Amino acid sequence: MVQLTDFQDLQRQAMADWESLHQDGRPIIMVGTATCGRSAGSLEVLDALRAATEKQEIDCHIFEVGCTGACYAEPLVYIIKPDQPAIVYGDVTPQLAPRLIQSYLIKDNPLPRYSIGTFGNGRIEGIPDLFSTPVFEPQARRALNRCGFIDPTSLEHYLANDGYTGVTKAFAIGPEQVIEEVKNAGLRGRGGAGFPTWRKWRFCRDAPSDQKYLICNADEGDPGAFMNRSLLEGDPHAVLEGMIIAGYALGASIGYIYCRAEYPLALERLRGAIKQAKEHGLLGDNILDSGFDFHIKIKEGAGAFVCGEETALIASIEGKRGMPTPRPPFPAVSGLWGKPTIINNVESLADVGLILQNGSDWFAEYGTEKSKGTKTIALVGKVKNTGLVEVPLGITLRELVFDIGGGAPDGKAFKAVQTGGPSGGCIPESLLDTPVDYDSLNAAGTIMGSGGVVVMDERTCMVDFARYFLDFAEKESCGKCVPCRLGTKQLLGILEDICAGNGRPGDIEMLEELGRGIKAGSLCGLGQTAPNPVLTTIRYFRDEYEAHIHEKRCPAGACKSLISYYINNDLCVGCTLCAQNCSTSAITGEFKGPHYIDQDICTQCGVCYTVCPKKANAVEIISPSLRL
Amino acid sequence: MEQQLEAILADHPRKREELIPILQEVQAEYSYLPTEAMLEIARYTGMPESRVYGVATFYAQFRFTPMGKKHTMVCRGTACHVNGAERILEEVEEQLGIKEGETTEDLEHSLETVACIGACSLAPCLMINNKVEAKMTINKVRELYKNGGE
Ligand SMILES: Cc1cc2nc3c(=O)[nH]c(=O)nc-3n(C[C@H](O)[C@H](O)[C@H](O)COP(=O)(O)O)c2cc1C
Ligand code: FES
Repeated sequence: MVQLTDFQDLQRQAMADWESLHQDGRPIIMVGTATCGRSAGSLEVLDALRAATEKQEIDCHIFEVGCTGACYAEPLVYIIKPDQPAIVYGDVTPQLAPRLIQSYLIKDNPLPRYSIGTFGNGRIEGIPDLFSTPVFEPQARRALNRCGFIDPTSLEHYLANDGYTGVTKAFAIGPEQVIEEVKNAGLRGRGGAGFPTWRKWRFCRDAPSDQKYLICNADEGDPGAFMNRSLLEGDPHAVLEGMIIAGYALGASIGYIYCRAEYPLALERLRGAIKQAKEHGLLGDNILDSGFDFHIKIKEGAGAFVCGEETALIASIEGKRGMPTPRPPFPAVSGLWGKPTIINNVESLADVGLILQNGSDWFAEYGTEKSKGTKTIALVGKVKNTGLVEVPLGITLRELVFDIGGGAPDGKAFKAVQTGGPSGGCIPESLLDTPVDYDSLNAAGTIMGSGGVVVMDERTCMVDFARYFLDFAEKESCGKCVPCRLGTKQLLGILEDICAGNGRPGDIEMLEELGRGIKAGSLCGLGQTAPNPVLTTIRYFRDEYEAHIHEKRCPAGACKSLISYYINNDLCVGCTLCAQNCSTSAITGEFKGPHYIDQDICTQCGVCYTVCPKKANAVEIISPSLRL
Repeated sequence: MEQQLEAILADHPRKREELIPILQEVQAEYSYLPTEAMLEIARYTGMPESRVYGVATFYAQFRFTPMGKKHTMVCRGTACHVNGAERILEEVEEQLGIKEGETTEDLEHSLETVACIGACSLAPCLMINNKVEAKMTINKVRELYKNGGE
């Protein structure tokens, strides 16, 4: 067993090492290699940097870090020279990498035009301070404060940055006081429903039982959201620390992490972190001589959205089909194998660690009366600065989409924003001043959800968007209850008809009636929320539904059956690009001559629209379709 | 086949909660769940075969036909959808000559969709044998699969 004093020695050593990492006179190079970075090619950049520093015989520290959230500029490279602030380079390619080394490390020219900002003490001419740029300035980075700045495979880096001080604090004040701290902090669940974390814990702690369980919900089912992935990949120990504290408060000696299998890197990081924590006595029996035993097992999800729901998740861990069961009994009283079980989201648990490390007052500095703290948000879709951000609760959607996100790209007009994934709703421009907090979003007809925010522009069809979510819900419905199984199928069928130009008068009313019925009659959260995307798009974009049904027109020019592509020969420069790229040979025309699309052959794949040179812009989308 | 399967099974206690991890490991080994393996798993865990199939068919991860040498997964998540994932999927289908859920006859390619890869900020995305290809366009898809996807 590792004694508390041994652990404190380890901590001191980690801090000393961290200090010397930054002061030993050698430059530090960090590369963001989370899944987003890797998708953009950061591993190749890392190799190029290693090769370049070896070739130039530069003695430096190179290591991988998680994601800072500026995914729009991936791959990201950070270079810190002694006594200089860190410079963050964006869109780095393997070709640019050796130039950065040559130019900045050898010749001292920081190449400002490749940098998106600096952080740390001091400034560098021509480069803005990263945290004062529009993307970062409105943010409050707390759960993400280490993400992208430490090596996620290093326990020492975590320890040097307050890591596991929350655990020692918890052991010092005892379980009752831990629950009290979490209560004072006002933490509400970050996984979707926003239930006060302390209250769940109280039920579970008070339930008499020889065995209790804690489950970390890392299923992140919202398609289009990746907050939990980034946290797990960039700072896995933060989640383990939260779990240890939660387990201690509940009196649970076994914890599970239910993580989706589509996140192989997050799983790898977690396994590594668990191994380290075990080796240093932070997991196992009698942790740091506190008398508290805690063991963590990982369960990989197998690709079912409904398994994010608490009772379905429990069924899945038990080895069954992941189907929900009616509540009560609530899992806090009777959960995994009939024992009291608490399920918390990844971010809720990371927040628990922060609350214990820094105190409840510190946590509650941000937020609104009823929604305290900060929230990580995955900002995606038709927005310039896509990525992961963390903002104080209560910030408006407008600040999120326009100040941080930079609005819609390519000069297109913003149309709507969806929060809460398949369970949430669509908010129009007129409601953009809605604060991002649990209660205000509910009032607008949507939910906070786990933090996915999808932006749509004028080219996104709201009927098609609703159809997309219903297609998802229909596929993911587990089939146990009739309203959800058959109801989502009916909704989907009607929406498909409308998008295909076969909508009928009365369809909108039918969608509304069915939607209300499904919400009222479904067994679990999946069915109870599945109609939300339809109901909110009808509420705010009824005219688009009407145009589809009555005029066979898709105002956004997105529904294939209702549009035609057309070449405006007043604008066409005869470059032949469209004809060359057309896979069905529907386009005819000579070099420098006019071009025509044969509407009978065209499949509306849209490639002509995308390849037509910007300065010509000759391909137009026409709705209703010319074929009708 | 026998040996690898036995090795996987021997690693797990005969408990119901081990069923999904067993199925996952078997699939990782064979790229799908062969009929004979399903029988063996049922025998080992002491469950009726119908229950083993019941669980396996519930989860999207499990497949009952072999995967191609190059396995493409096209993301159908929200961020990818808004950025034109549907047309990307159509183009992949066109290039490979198979539909979602199918494998080419020569077992070179298979194609599936996935709920979300987690690289949503670089949408639309697809994944070929665990390597993510981001910010896809129709022309990038054509580029990826020309010369049979080498
Ligand atoms: C269909 C459905 C899917 C869900 N998916 C997730 C998920 O992927 N991740 C998550 O943390 N919570 C998800 N939830 C919410 C959880 O059931 C649960 O409320 C949450 O994990 C509790 O943790 P918290 O109190 O820390 O938020 C889902 C709920 C439903 C109904
Ligand atoms: S929506 Fe496609 S990667 Fe997430």
